[in-house]
Amino acid sequence: MGQEEDRLSREAAEAVARRSYGKLVALLAARTRDVAGAEDALSDAFAAALVAWPASGVPSTPEAWLLTVARRKWIDATRRRRSAEDASGHLGLMAEEIEAAAAGESQLPDERLSLMFACAHPAIDPGIRAPLVLQTVLGFDAAAIGSAFLVSPAAMGQRLVRAKKKIREAGIPFQVPERADLPARLEAVLDALYAAFSEGWSDPTGTEVRRRNLAEEGIWLGRLVASLLPEEPEALGLLALMLYAQARRAARRDAQGAYVPLAEQDPAAWDTPLVEEAEGLLSRASGLPGTGRYQLEAAVQSAHVVRRLTGRSDWAAIERIYDALLAMTGSPVVAINRAIAVAETRGPAAGLEALDALAGDLRLADYQPYWAARAGLLARTGAGASADAAYQRAIGLESDPAVRHFLEQRRAELAARGR
Amino acid sequence: MKYVLLLYEDDAERVAKTEEQVAICVAYAEAMAKAGILVGGERLRPAWSATTVHVAEGETHLLDGPYAEAKEQLGGFHVIDVPDLDAALEWAARCPSARRGRVEVRPIWSS
Repeated sequence: MGQEEDRLSREAAEAVARRSYGKLVALLAARTRDVAGAEDALSDAFAAALVAWPASGVPSTPEAWLLTVARRKWIDATRRRRSAEDASGHLGLMAEEIEAAAAGESQLPDERLSLMFACAHPAIDPGIRAPLVLQTVLGFDAAAIGSAFLVSPAAMGQRLVRAKKKIREAGIPFQVPERADLPARLEAVLDALYAAFSEGWSDPTGTEVRRRNLAEEGIWLGRLVASLLPEEPEALGLLALMLYAQARRAARRDAQGAYVPLAEQDPAAWDTPLVEEAEGLLSRASGLPGTGRYQLEAAVQSAHVVRRLTGRSDWAAIERIYDALLAMTGSPVVAINRAIAVAETRGPAAGLEALDALAGDLRLADYQPYWAARAGLLARTGAGASADAAYQRAIGLESDPAVRHFLEQRRAELAARGR
Repeated sequence: MKYVLLLYEDDAERVAKTEEQVAICVAYAEAMAKAGILVGGERLRPAWSATTVHVAEGETHLLDGPYAEAKEQLGGFHVIDVPDLDAALEWAARCPSARRGRVEVRPIWSS
């Protein structure tokens, strides 16, 4: 019996942790900006819950229970750690916070958005923003984040500690920026979520559980931001973009585990409910003022998934959207994708010409998609020898064995044709 | 929160153009004063006039010149008191030195 209660309490605590971790961290840290202190207090409170809940039952408002205990633990810890004079300011801020929370005890305010804006503040190094959001909003530990971002747990832990210290010491505000600053600041938040998602999505076989998780967590965060900022087209655009990608996740591999490029994927293998949800979000976004990068990237995906209905991607639309994206970002990656679209609308020679315009960009020298695109277009224009060289270069740059195998195959087909 | 804005500029150029730049800097400092955020600040004499002191094993070593040899040197500072980093960064972005060089925004250690 005792074991059963233990198990139920543990599950209840884990459920609250999953749903409310970031909410509680955000509430605890909002005034003091002390994220690390909030996390410590919260982990003490979860530990206390595992002791108290089996005996007394799970409280009717577990979030409020945890918040109360975490605050008490934090005040104790603060008193212990700081000198009396030093602590008074901190304790004063915490008292304000407790009063503010008590005023609306029945409905805990959601400060997670403010927390995300603090984590993705321009004064925080861009490379640590996504890990910081994963840790503070979702409660990921440094080891899990480190393994997803291919950094040692110790190094990731240090960088996270430093970033949290910066938030506190530099006085980075916990607030949703004002209207005028919102688009630029929101972009940084969305970039962090997309970075987390991409880390997860880049594990194509889905064998690495932690990374697969990351794609799902990225979507979860995207849903959260879209629900808290339902009038921001870019928040909707990013969520749509992630859902389109996730819908095609399984279709990227055939039954034998071989890589299947987008153009050869069977639309029946795409996840229809996810595609439809993405389409709905994108159409809502297009009704709102302002168009941004994520909305356009999602629109490209939408022009690909029309293949479900028409049998062919809408390449004319894709070229137009990449034109707009290129004008907005100037990114060479966008330019490559645009060249691929041009090859479909105006033929491989025109596509190749568009790629040639990028040849001087040194950043592309070791960028696999550039060489793979080049190889494909050269092969289609009949320039066999140049295509072969480009395939070899692309193969040498690819880390995913399945994609490498796919490129090898293309290269072998080309050689067979030439013979 | 209190912050110091540390103004780094090409030292030779700053000193050479002191006359024309002083009015710009004064206007900026007055704007901060009017906003009620200015705690203090000073303009520094040229970096070559600095003397750097280091004490090791009871012995005092003096160096004729600034701590770090660089073209851009600390030329002055403002101390401001604003609600948070965003406000401090906004003032830093308005600073004439941010155009001529760099402004480092550093929170001041206070309880």
